[in-house]
Amino acid sequence: MSTSTSSLRPSRWRYLPLVLVAIVFIFPLEFMIMSSLKPSQQLLSDTNSFRAFLPVGSISLDNYYAAFARAPVGLFLFNSVFITATTVVLALFLCSISAFSFVFLQWRGRDTILTILLTTLVIPIEIIAVPLLLLVNQLPWVGLHGLTFGWLNSYQVQIIPFSADALSVFLFVQYFKDLPKELIEAARIEGASWWQIYYKVIMPLAGPVTATAAILKFLAMYNQFLWPLMVTQAEQYRPVMIGLQYFFQLNIAWGEVMAYLTLITVPVLIFYLVLQRAFIASIASTGIKG
Amino acid sequence: MKKLIFGGAMLASLLASTAAFAATDLTMWYHGAGNDVEKKIVNTIIDDFNKSQADFAVKLEQFPQAAYNDSVTAAAVAGKLPDILDVDGPVMPGWAWAGYMAPLTVDPAAYAKFLPGPIGTYNGKVYSVGLWDAAVAMVARKSVLDANGIRIPTIEKPWTGEEFDAALAKLQASGKFEYPLDLGMAWKGEWYPYAFSPFLQSFGGDIVNRDGYKTADGSLNGPAAVKFGAWWQHLFKDKLAPGTSQSPADRDNGFAAGKYAISWNGNWAALGALKAHDDVIFLPAPDFGKGPKIGAASWQFGVSATGKHQDGANKFIQFALQDKYLTAFSDGIGLIAPTPESAAASINYKKGGPMEAYFGLSKAQALLRPVYPGYSVAAKVFEKALADISNGSEVQPTLDAAADEITKDIAKNKNYTK
Repeated sequence: MSTSTSSLRPSRWRYLPLVLVAIVFIFPLEFMIMSSLKPSQQLLSDTNSFRAFLPVGSISLDNYYAAFARAPVGLFLFNSVFITATTVVLALFLCSISAFSFVFLQWRGRDTILTILLTTLVIPIEIIAVPLLLLVNQLPWVGLHGLTFGWLNSYQVQIIPFSADALSVFLFVQYFKDLPKELIEAARIEGASWWQIYYKVIMPLAGPVTATAAILKFLAMYNQFLWPLMVTQAEQYRPVMIGLQYFFQLNIAWGEVMAYLTLITVPVLIFYLVLQRAFIASIASTGIKG
Repeated sequence: MKKLIFGGAMLASLLASTAAFAATDLTMWYHGAGNDVEKKIVNTIIDDFNKSQADFAVKLEQFPQAAYNDSVTAAAVAGKLPDILDVDGPVMPGWAWAGYMAPLTVDPAAYAKFLPGPIGTYNGKVYSVGLWDAAVAMVARKSVLDANGIRIPTIEKPWTGEEFDAALAKLQASGKFEYPLDLGMAWKGEWYPYAFSPFLQSFGGDIVNRDGYKTADGSLNGPAAVKFGAWWQHLFKDKLAPGTSQSPADRDNGFAAGKYAISWNGNWAALGALKAHDDVIFLPAPDFGKGPKIGAASWQFGVSATGKHQDGANKFIQFALQDKYLTAFSDGIGLIAPTPESAAASINYKKGGPMEAYFGLSKAQALLRPVYPGYSVAAKVFEKALADISNGSEVQPTLDAAADEITKDIAKNKNYTK
């Protein structure tokens, strides 16, 4: 039985559609970055031709300087990264441990509560935003100023309401259900506590689903607009998406808009690149699509 | 013992003096975040006010304009409105009706000489006053109109509807422009009712019947409105103006790039047009039968109904209405200085100034958008109807549906009476 080497080598033409798809995905980013380097007038006139994707004409970093002058870009980036990172860490812990409880522990009402929890998947934030606002406006908090009531204009109001969500619990539940039960049984026989099983047995095996949940949560949090709009009247707590509105004046400086968009895209790209392998592994193993 | 008494007296004196001179903080919200020029002018007014007296200290919190109204609404729900807020003119009746704002107690003499647009009156009471007004004009090049044999209209003798249509046809026939007219269809939201309802009003229709504000039936779908709708549709059907698919880039740059012969645009864009061509002129709206009309009212200052220091808030607003600040805003961001004195002192609106025409237009043609709390609903309905008609929807059924929706909203809210 012989197989020619050429038949095993993938045909070059197989890559053609992949390259085309890649171009479709890359071009908006390319346009954004190139536009961020051009004066607004040139940017607008270049949109009529392929020049929009090329670093041609008057190229400079002026839009970046102007963007930093127009808005506290560094503050907005810090706020978003801090709020998002804290929420992601909290959500991964809370959702995975609750999923662990739903899958591996026996307790009364477990399935009913899981069903109720999953029904919240279909309730959008817009529906609960006003009741949630009224609720957080009354809640107590102990901070640097002692005991205060009302969470508006704070980090916690942007973190705690989103520190657990049904989608992440669902992802962990589905993943945990596929893990072999023998692992748990063996650990129990060895005398491991439930906490030890969660921490030392289950979570080390949950890398792909953790990456998936982390990326989905990261994107949802980083792109938040409505909730921060409602709860942050003080500039010092505003995240990047509210900051984007600073650039939409009567005469829009599109170059600065593109510079700002480029800057706020960087954390997302870094986060995705770091977790890329685990994310792909998760999609391959569970069929979950983001 | 003497030392103790002396020390105690000193401490009491210090505390008393601190209490006597501690200014009460007033919070102020403003929609201009991201606009450095506006920020500087507002901060100058605040600094001057804070130095001018010792009772109140205004503290500013800025919001991006696109997010401002929603932020105020959310704060009102949470009971956290500031002492002083600014409000877009047509939104004011809604906020006054909803109990967000209190009537002003500012001395009327402070705004007696103002153009009508910047004074926000609802139910007979003044709730807000603006430091500027905005106006829309037909922006064109004199050389283009001359070359095509088109009469240059004046405030006294604007184009009639027929003249305007004939001018567009001539410009189209010249073959030098992608479209003869740019209406700014790429701009969504408030631009539609602000910029386009004056055409409807010039035809004799309106977004809502202003006699009691109880119905839109007959105003938005009567014969005059249908005539307007047919004219509106023909602009797009006959390729006289780009429709809803116009790119924002073309809207911002099309007139300067020579794609359009005439641009229907606000005075905030006038400085850009003047830079692009050396023979730019600002022309009045055409008269379609009931007089030429343009929109009026821009952002204005008001007092929160829940603020504990309304006296201080009113003092600040009265302080801000000085001519020097009106001129500063006009020079800084190109908006119309609202008094003859502030306009005369401004760079752009003084006699012979490059944008002098806008002051006259605002004085002669300005018509407030419907002054009732349901305006924000009606504005969205009107926007959709005009977009649909421009895209080919039948005029009468589209206007009937829009009038019905607005009337139902008024009825649902019990005529917007308390």
